[in-house]
Amino acid sequence: MIAWTIYITFAGAIVVLILPRFLASWTALATTLAGFVISAATFFCNSVDLAHFNTIVRVPWFPALGINYHLALDGISLVLILVTGIAAISAVLFSWDVEDRAKEFFFWLLLVVAGSYGVFLSADLFLLFLFYELVIVPKYFLIAIFGSTNKEYGAMKLTLYSFFGGALVFLGIIAAYVSGGSLDLIELSKFQFLPQLQAWAFPVLFLGFAVLAGIWPLHTWAPTGHVAAPTAGSMLLAGIVMKLGAYAALRVAINLFPFGFQIWRPWIAVLAVVGIVYAAAVALRQRDLKFVIGYSSVSHMGFVLLGFATANAIGVSGSVLQIFSHGVIGALLFAVAGRMIYRRTHTRELDALATMDLRHALPFAAFTFVIASAASMGIPGFSGFAAEITILIGAWKSLPLAVWITGVGMVLMAAFTLRALKRAFFDVDVASTTSAPELPPITIPEKLGASLLMFATLAVGLYPKLLLDRIQPAVQAMRFLK
Amino acid sequence: MVGLISILILIPLAGVLSLYVGRPRSPRVNALIFNGISFFFALMLWQEFDVTAPGLQIVERHAWIPAIGAEYFVGVDGLSLLLVLLTSVVFPFAFSAQGLERGACALLLVMQAALYGTFTAQNFILWFLFYEMSLIPAFLLIKIYGGENRDYAAVKFFVYTFLGSVAMLLAFLGIYFAKGTFDFTTLAGLGKSGLFAGNLRWLAFAGIFLGLAVKVPLFPFHTWLPDAYQTAPTGVSMVLTGALSKMGVYGFIRLLVPLFPHEIKILGPWLLGLVVCSIVFAPFAAWAQRDLKRMVAYLSINHLGYCLLGLFAITTRSTSSVIDMHAALSGVFLQIFNHGITAAALFYFVGLLEQRRGARGIDDFGGLMQRTPLLCGWMSVAMFSSLGLPGLNGFIGEFLIFKGSFAVAALFTSIAVLGLLFTAVTFMRAMQSLFSGPLAESCAGFSDLIRSEKFVIVPVTLLMFAIGLAPQFIFNIFNATVVQMARLLS
Repeated sequence: MIAWTIYITFAGAIVVLILPRFLASWTALATTLAGFVISAATFFCNSVDLAHFNTIVRVPWFPALGINYHLALDGISLVLILVTGIAAISAVLFSWDVEDRAKEFFFWLLLVVAGSYGVFLSADLFLLFLFYELVIVPKYFLIAIFGSTNKEYGAMKLTLYSFFGGALVFLGIIAAYVSGGSLDLIELSKFQFLPQLQAWAFPVLFLGFAVLAGIWPLHTWAPTGHVAAPTAGSMLLAGIVMKLGAYAALRVAINLFPFGFQIWRPWIAVLAVVGIVYAAAVALRQRDLKFVIGYSSVSHMGFVLLGFATANAIGVSGSVLQIFSHGVIGALLFAVAGRMIYRRTHTRELDALATMDLRHALPFAAFTFVIASAASMGIPGFSGFAAEITILIGAWKSLPLAVWITGVGMVLMAAFTLRALKRAFFDVDVASTTSAPELPPITIPEKLGASLLMFATLAVGLYPKLLLDRIQPAVQAMRFLK
Repeated sequence: MVGLISILILIPLAGVLSLYVGRPRSPRVNALIFNGISFFFALMLWQEFDVTAPGLQIVERHAWIPAIGAEYFVGVDGLSLLLVLLTSVVFPFAFSAQGLERGACALLLVMQAALYGTFTAQNFILWFLFYEMSLIPAFLLIKIYGGENRDYAAVKFFVYTFLGSVAMLLAFLGIYFAKGTFDFTTLAGLGKSGLFAGNLRWLAFAGIFLGLAVKVPLFPFHTWLPDAYQTAPTGVSMVLTGALSKMGVYGFIRLLVPLFPHEIKILGPWLLGLVVCSIVFAPFAAWAQRDLKRMVAYLSINHLGYCLLGLFAITTRSTSSVIDMHAALSGVFLQIFNHGITAAALFYFVGLLEQRRGARGIDDFGGLMQRTPLLCGWMSVAMFSSLGLPGLNGFIGEFLIFKGSFAVAALFTSIAVLGLLFTAVTFMRAMQSLFSGPLAESCAGFSDLIRSEKFVIVPVTLLMFAIGLAPQFIFNIFNATVVQMARLLS
C-alpha cells in the first residue's frame, strides 16, 4: 500500500496541470495529505514487519539487465516517508497563495515529493538513481523560476553540486553492479565485496550522496540554495532533499561496503564534527535570517553524519531520528523566516527586522519562531534534543573526542539561534522607539502548517520511542553493525 | 525481383526525380511525402525481420562486377535495421526543421538513399560506393547552402573525409589482394586468424582506422566537425549528426573490430586513451563556445565517444565476461540510436531559436522562460536527454556502456565519468543563460511554439521518454545480433 505514495503524488502532479488554476493548491493539498495518511496508516499498522528491508513490489523492468522495479520498506524508510509527508503538507500550506504560475509551482513541488518517496522506497540501485536524479530537475526549476535573492546563482550552484554528487554516485553504482552482479539492494547487501574494491568504492559512493546531505566542505550549495529558494522550496530542501543524501549514504554506501566504511569512518567523523562547529560559527556572523537558518541546516546535518560515523546501533538510530527531527524543524524555521516574515516585511536583514517590533506585529510568528528555535537548539522536550542526545550517547562509546568538540558546536548553535531570535523579535531597545507597523495578519493555512510541524517536533520530543521503536530494529538488521 | 531493401534505397532517388520532373510548388512537402513512404517501408522491413534469428536477413545478392569480386549484396541484421530505422526517423525530422530549396531537398534525398545503402551493403565495393555517395551531397549542402564561412568549412570537411576514404580504400585494396574477397562476412571469418602477416597488417589497420576515426569523429581527427556543423543549415546539421556520423561508428563495429581483433587488443590502451580524450575534452571545448550550434557540435563528439568507449573496452580485453559484452554492445547500439534522435533534436531547437532571433550566440538570448515557456520546456527535455538524466533515453545507453566497460577498463571508464559531469555543467550553463534571468530586449517579440512545430517536437520527445522508460522495443531489434557479435568477439 505504501507504494501508492509514489503513484498518488505523481498522479497529483499531472492533475494539477490539468485542473483549472484555482484548484491547484487544493489538489496539491489533497495529494500530500493522501500520501501522509497512507504512510501514517502503515506506521501505526502493527502487522507490517519493519525490522527488515522487505520487498513490497517487484516487477521485472529490463529483465536482460537484471533491473527490476523493486520497492521495499523498513522502519528507516517509513520514518523518512512520514517526515516527507509532513514537510510536503506544510510546504503546500505555506505556499497557499502563490499567485504567479501556480499550476506550474505545485507541479514541480509534487514532483520533488514524489521523487523523494521513490528514493526512500527503492530497493534497486537503478531505480534509486532514477528517482534521485529526478528530484534535482524540479528542484532547479522551483528555485530558478519562483525563487528570490540571487535565484539563478543559487539554483545553478545547487544543481551543479547535485550533478557532481550524481556522477560520483553513478560510478559507485556501476562498481557495485559490476562486481556484485546485481542491482538489487537486498541481494547486494548479502554479497561480500572485495576489500580492495570497498576501500575505494565506499568513499566515492558515500561522498556522492553526502554532497546532497551538505557534508563539509561540499556544503556551500546549501545556504545559497536555501536562501534563493521560495519558502516552500527551502522547506522541501531542508526537510526532504538533504535527507535523500543522508538516507542513501546509509542505505547504499554504508550498508553495501561495510569494510570500506570501517576504513573511512574516522574521516567521516572529522568532516562531520568540523561541519557542525564551522557551520555554527559561520551562522553566528550572518546578517540575513535565511542564511542563519541555512547554515544551521548544515550544522544539523553534521549530526546525522556523526551518528553514522559512530557505527553502532544507538548512534545510527539517532541519525535517523535526527533526519526526521531536522526535516520538521528546518521546515518550520524556513516557514517563519521566508513566509511569515519576509512576505510581509520584504526584508530578512536582522538589523532591519530589529526595528520593526515584530513581536507585537506578528505574535503568532514570534511564538512559532520561539518554539522552532528551542527545538533547533536542542532544548529537552523537542525532537532535536532526543535525536542529538541519542547520537552523542552513541558517539561517546566510539568517538569520545568528537563528543567534546561537538559540545562546543552546540553552544555555538544555541548562541546563533538566540541571537537570531532576539534580533528578529525581541530587540526591545529599538522597538520602543518605533511603533509597530501594520502588517497583514498570519493566515489560517500558515497557522495550520506551523501547528502541524510544531506538533510533530513536540510529539517526537516527548515520546521519541514512537519512532525509535521502528528505527532501531531496522538499523540493527543492517549488515555493517555485525 | 526487387527486394525491400532495394526499394528502400530507390524511394529517395525517386523523390529526387519527382522534384525535377514534377516541379512541385513546395519541394519540402514533396520530400516529406517521399520520407513518409520510406518510413513506411522501413517499418515493413522491421515487420519482415525475424528478431530472434542472428545473422543477415532479407538478403539480396546479384553478381555485379565479378572480375573484382564486387557484388550487389545487401541485407540487414539487427544493427543495420536499427540504423535504417534511425535514418528513416531523422530525415523527416530534418526536413520539417526549415524550408529548403529544391536543390537542397534533392541533395538530402540523395544522401538518404546513400545512407540506406551504407547501412545495408555487405560487400566492401558496394559499401564504399554508398559511403562516398553520401559525402558529396554533404559537401555540396555545406558549400552552397551553408552560412558564414561555408567555403572554408566545406573544403575542410571534404579534405578530411576524402583523405580518410582514400586511406580506407587503399587498405581494402590491400586486403583484397591478400585474401581475394570484399565480402564482409567472409572477411570477418578470416579476421580471427589474422588477415596479413608482418607489418602490412598495421598499414591496413591504420588506413581503415583513419577513415573511420575521421568520420565519427574521434579526437584528434575531429576539427572539421564544429566548422561543418556550425555553418550547415539546421536541417543539414541534423542529418550530419543524426545519421551521417553513425556511419563511422557503424564502420568500426562492422569492419574494424571483426577484421583486426588482434591489432585492437595490442593497441587497446592507446585507443581507449583517444576515446577518453574525446569524451573529456569535447565538453570543455563546448563550454568555451559562444555559438550554440558549435556547442552542440562539440557535445556530439563527446556522445559518440561513449559508443567507442564501450566498443574498444570489450574488444581490447580478453577478460570480458559475456554479460559485460552484452551490456556494452547493447549500450553502444542504443547510444547510436539515442544520439541520433537527441542531437538532431538539439540542433532543431537551436534552429528554432535562430529563426526567431536571427542569431544563435549564447549571449543573444536571455529570460526566454518568461516569453516562450513551451519552447524552453521542450528544449530542456532534449538537453536533459542529452546529458543523460535517468528516465530519458540517453541514460540507459550510457549506463549500459559504463557498466560493460567498467568491468574490463575501470580506470578509463572512471575518467570518462568526468565527461558526463562536464556535459551536464555545459548544458546547465546554456539553460541558465538562455532561459532564466531578465528577458533580453531582443527576445521580447518571440513567439512560442506554433502548431506545426509542436507536431514535430511532441512525437520526438515521446520517443525519448519511451526509450528511457521501456527500451525493450529497441532492444528486441538488436538482441540476437548482440549475442552473435559477443560470441564472435570472445
